[in-house]
Amino acid sequence: MSPLFLELPALLTPGLGLFVWTLIAFLFVFFILKKFAWKPILETLQQREKHIADSIATADKVKAEMALLKSENEALMIQAREERSQMLKEAKETRDRIVAEAKEKAKSEASKIVADAQLAIEQQKNAAITEVKNQVGNLVLEVAEKVLRRELSNKAEQETYIKELSQDIKLN
Amino acid sequence: MVSKTFKSLLVATLSLVIVLFSNTSYARGPQEGNTGTPAKGESGPFDAGYTILHHIGDGYEFHFFSIGGNKVALPLPVILYSPQRGLSVFSGSHIVEGQPYQGYKLDDHVIVPLNEGGSVATDVKVYDLSLTRNVVQMLLAAFVLVWLMLSVAKKYKQGGFKTAPSGAQGFVEPVIVFLRDEVAVPNLGTNAIKFMPILLTIFFFILVNNIFGLIPGSANVTGNIAVTMVLALVSFVIIIFSSNKHYWEHIFWPPNVPVLVRLILIPVEIISNLFVKPAALCIRLFANMVAGHIVIVTFICLISYFLGSVPI
Repeated sequence: MSPLFLELPALLTPGLGLFVWTLIAFLFVFFILKKFAWKPILETLQQREKHIADSIATADKVKAEMALLKSENEALMIQAREERSQMLKEAKETRDRIVAEAKEKAKSEASKIVADAQLAIEQQKNAAITEVKNQVGNLVLEVAEKVLRRELSNKAEQETYIKELSQDIKLN
Repeated sequence: MVSKTFKSLLVATLSLVIVLFSNTSYARGPQEGNTGTPAKGESGPFDAGYTILHHIGDGYEFHFFSIGGNKVALPLPVILYSPQRGLSVFSGSHIVEGQPYQGYKLDDHVIVPLNEGGSVATDVKVYDLSLTRNVVQMLLAAFVLVWLMLSVAKKYKQGGFKTAPSGAQGFVEPVIVFLRDEVAVPNLGTNAIKFMPILLTIFFFILVNNIFGLIPGSANVTGNIAVTMVLALVSFVIIIFSSNKHYWEHIFWPPNVPVLVRLILIPVEIISNLFVKPAALCIRLFANMVAGHIVIVTFICLISYFLGSVPI
């Protein structure tokens, strides 16, 4: 008889001691590890996965917000640019207007001054003319007086004298 | 370069260990002691079948190697309880060679009670709760597993979920995640997390014991039917207590099946679910481990046999 053949039943028969010890050891290992190892490890893994998923979601959200913000910024920039050009335009207009107004004012001022001056000249002239007239009158009177004083001795002489006098009167 | 040197060194060491251990197996041949068993046979001094079964079986000592007939072994405590004789505890070194001690004797790897005359007492019942080499190695593996996992869990607690895994975490975490995402969730669905602790415990218990079993000369823990039977029993109990009404319905009253077929199907379902599946769980691991061990020991025997180092 082969020894192998006879030994096999022993191999296939579970030993009581090993069975009991294995059961004790396995249950001990199971309860210890369940409470003190698997629970924290699995919890931590779950937390980490949740954290990663949340982080990705948050990143996506932030990205979308950033894109929105960027477009908003661009719109703001365009608006600002427009406003700037508008303001520049307005400033230019204002400047032109002010310059024109100043010019106008200067012009009117100048014309006013000129007018005043002309008026003054006119007045002076009139005054001068009046004075001349008065003087002419006086001179005429003097001449007439002188003529009269000389009497009308001689007609020809008289006329020459008048001529002479009138030549002297040529004032203006 | 370095890894190559390391590999060749490792191969050399393993070869040396294997040669030493293979020598021990011949020294432990049936010719010394074990009288009264037909197993030892009359075929001569070297019995390969006995050697192989001795190697894959249990033992009452850790036998490291023998040099020149001197055995280097660690004897393990024998714990026996007999309703008639009470508890007896003694060192395994007293009985490993087959000599009687305190009314007990090791007969073909089984401790049997002896009566006054030295023959086997059939009327005395003995419960053997010894710390055999399988038990000791299994306890050692269990402690290593507990220590490893507790230290990893401590790191998780300390680091929190924002710290990247380091050290042993890097080894354990992918395995846990794989078991959860590829084994538990596809098969258990929403209940997966509830069953994770038992799945992880069974997985790592078998893994650590298998890794310990890879050490040359170590005990064959997962290749022992008692160990796989405990694992199968635990699984069976969990299956029974956590299965829902659909499970029981499919066993005892399969839906959408003609009555006559149902008559055939019900016994088949009962046998397959309540007996065959747990038994298959038990036998699969055991048979694979034993087969692997038998193949390895056989090849070592063949090598030694053809090299002529066997003392035939």
